[in-house]
Amino acid sequence: MLNDFINQVGPSTVGGLSIGAIYALIALGYTMVYGVLRLINFAHSEIFMIGAFAALFVIMKIGITGPLTGIALVGMLLLLMLVAMAASGGAAVVLEQVAYRPLRRHGAGRLAALISAIGASIFLQELFALVIIPEVFDRPSQGRIQVPVPRLLDRETLLTIGNTEIRNDHVIIIVSAVIMMVLLDVFVNRTKIGRGIRATSQDPETATLMGVNIDRVIRTTFLVGGAMAGVAALLYAMELENLRYNVGFLLGVKAFTAAVLGGIGNLRGALLGGLALGLIENWGAIFFGSEWKDVIAFTILVLVLLFRPTGILGESLQRARA
Amino acid sequence: MRSKIARLGGIVAVGTALTLGLAACGSGTDDASSSGGQSDGGGATTLKIGFMGDLTGENSALMIPPSQGAQLAVDEFNAKSTGVKVELVKYDSQGNPDQAVPLAQKAVTEDKIVAMVGPGFSGESRNVGPVLEQGKIPSVTGSATNPALAENGWKYWHRVVANDAIQGPAIADFLVKAKSPKKAFVIDDAQEYGVGLADAVAQEFEKQSVAVERDKIDPNGSDYSSTVTKVNAAKPDVIYYGGYYAQLGRLLKQLRDGGVTATVVSGDGAVDIKLVEAAGKEAAEGAVLGCPCLIPFGSDVPELKTFSENYKAKFGSDPLIYASEGYDAATAILKAIEAGNTTPEKINDFLATVDFKGVSKQIKFGPNGDIAANIIHVYQIKDGNLDWLGDTTQAQLG
Repeated sequence: MLNDFINQVGPSTVGGLSIGAIYALIALGYTMVYGVLRLINFAHSEIFMIGAFAALFVIMKIGITGPLTGIALVGMLLLLMLVAMAASGGAAVVLEQVAYRPLRRHGAGRLAALISAIGASIFLQELFALVIIPEVFDRPSQGRIQVPVPRLLDRETLLTIGNTEIRNDHVIIIVSAVIMMVLLDVFVNRTKIGRGIRATSQDPETATLMGVNIDRVIRTTFLVGGAMAGVAALLYAMELENLRYNVGFLLGVKAFTAAVLGGIGNLRGALLGGLALGLIENWGAIFFGSEWKDVIAFTILVLVLLFRPTGILGESLQRARA
Repeated sequence: MRSKIARLGGIVAVGTALTLGLAACGSGTDDASSSGGQSDGGGATTLKIGFMGDLTGENSALMIPPSQGAQLAVDEFNAKSTGVKVELVKYDSQGNPDQAVPLAQKAVTEDKIVAMVGPGFSGESRNVGPVLEQGKIPSVTGSATNPALAENGWKYWHRVVANDAIQGPAIADFLVKAKSPKKAFVIDDAQEYGVGLADAVAQEFEKQSVAVERDKIDPNGSDYSSTVTKVNAAKPDVIYYGGYYAQLGRLLKQLRDGGVTATVVSGDGAVDIKLVEAAGKEAAEGAVLGCPCLIPFGSDVPELKTFSENYKAKFGSDPLIYASEGYDAATAILKAIEAGNTTPEKINDFLATVDFKGVSKQIKFGPNGDIAANIIHVYQIKDGNLDWLGDTTQAQLG
C-alpha cells in the first residue's frame, strides 16, 4: 500500500494538478455568478461545452490535422483560446439575457431561476446532440457519439524526477490556468467594474444606491465567468481530445464541488478548491482504485463542510449572512 | 447554516436527477413501429418472420448489420422458393427492454409471426423471452451474449453466437499462448457487460498463473490519468479492457501518451472501426479485439467471400459486426420453412435438430438453445483498419 503510494504519488500529483486546474477555471464561473446573484448557474457546464466546440469548429475550418510546433503552435493555441473565450463568454451573456434577466425583471424567486438554469442546460445539450453536432460538424445521426479533436500538441517529457514525468501539456494547462487566475484577480480587485462586482456581491441594494449599474455588473460577471470556462474548454480539448454533447456535465458537477470546497463566492477559493479536488481524487485513487475517485472527493467535501461550512476560504458567504 | 448546506445538496441532487432523467428519456422516445409493412392478405403462403433489435437508437450500429444479414437471407430464400414466401417484419426496440415487450406482444398476437430473429441485446432478450415462450414462437438471436439467457429453461429460444462466459477465458487463454505474459492489468468500465467480461478474463489469467492487477474507469468521465499512473506503476505485459469502444478510445490514447507500450486487448463491445477515430490512428495501432462474431474483412474463404459480395451488392457496404450471425439466424429458420414446416411449433421442433454449415460457423443447437460451436475470433488494428486474424485456436498476432 505504502509502496503503491510512493510509486504513484508523483505522476498522480501531476495528473491531479492538471485536471484540477481545469476544474478551477470552470469553478470560477459558478463562484462569480453565485457571488452576485446567489444563483447556481447549472447551465455553466454547457457554456464550457460551447467553448470547446467553438474551438473544434475553428480547428476543422483551418484544417489542422497533425500536431504543430514552435510559433505556429503558440499562435494557434492563443487564437483558439480567444475563440473559445469569445464563444463561451458570449453564450453566457446570451444565456443571462434569455434565461435569467426576464425572470429577475418580473421578480421571480431564486428557485425559478434555478429551474430556468436546468432547462437551459438540457436545451443546450439537446441542441448540440440533435442539430449542431450532426449538421455543423457533419456527423449525421451521431449526435450522441463523441467527436474526436485532432492532436494540436505532441506530448513531450520536459523533466523527469524519479518516476514522475512532467509533460509539456501539463505545464501549458497549469501555467495558463494560473495566469488566467492572476488576471482575473487583478480585474476584480483593481478595476472599477471589478469594484462594482465586489460591491454587488456584498450588498446589491446598497451597491445600486451607490450608483453601481447592477445589470451591467451581472452581464460582465457572466461574460468573464464564461470566458474562463472557454479557457478551460480549450485546455480540455487539447488535453483529452474528445468532446461530447454532455461533456460539461460531469466536469460541471466537479467544478461546482470545487467551488463549494474552496468557498463559493470566493475567487481564490475556486482555484484552491479545484486543485485540491484534482489532487484528492488522484491520490485517493492510488489507495482505493479509480472507481472510488468520486466517493473520496465527496467524502472530503462533506468533512470540510462539517468543520468549515463556508468552505476553505469561504468568508464572503459568512459576511453575506451576517 | 446547516439549512444552507442542505439546500445546496438538494439543489445538486435535483439538478443531477433531472438532467440524468431527461437524458435517459431523450434516447428512447422515437416511434418504435414495425417497418415491414402490413400483410398483403392475398396469399396464404406468405409467412412472417420478425426481426427485433435497436435499429435507430444509440447502439444501432450493432444491429443494422444483422438486420441486413437477415434481410439478405430472406430475399435469397424468396428468390428461389416457388411455394412459400417469407416476409421479414422489423421491430425497432431501440434496444430498450421496456419498449421490446409490447412490440413482441404485437408481433405474436397481431402480426402472427412464425419465428423471430433476435432480440439483439441481452437486456431486451431477458424481457421478451417469456412473451415468446407463452406465444410458443421460436427465436434465434445472433448477438445477445449474456450467458444467463440459456439458463431460463426456455424451449423456444436459440442463439447462434458464443456467450460471454466463453469469450473471456478464450481470449485470456489466447493471450497467454501468444504473449506468455508475466503480469496482466485488467480494467473495466464498472458496467454489467464490462465487469462480467473483465472478471472472466482476470480469472483465466490467474488460473494460468499470470499476476493480475485491476482498476476501473468512469464511463462518463474523460480523464483517466489515475488509471494510467497505476498501469505505469504495475508495468504489465498485457492490458485487457472490458467495455465499449468509446471509452477504450479515450483510455488507449491516454495510455499511449503516458508511455505505456503493452498490448491492449478488448472484447466485442469494442469491435468497431470508430475505435480508431476515438483513439487516434497511432494509439489504436496494434490493439487486439476478441469477439464471438465473425466479420469477414477481406476473407478469401469462398463462402465468406460470396456472402460479403452479395451483402455489399445489396446494401452498398461491407458486412460489419453480427451481419453473418444475423444471416445464419435467419437461415436456420428458413431451413425449417424450406423443409415444409409452416407453424411455429414445427419450426421449433426442426430447430432442435438443425445442423448445417452457416456462414459464421456450424449451426447446431444444444438442448438449452445455445450454439454448440464455441468460437471466438481475434481482430487486430493495423494501419487504421480492423483485420480478422482467425479464431483463437489459429490466430497469430502480428
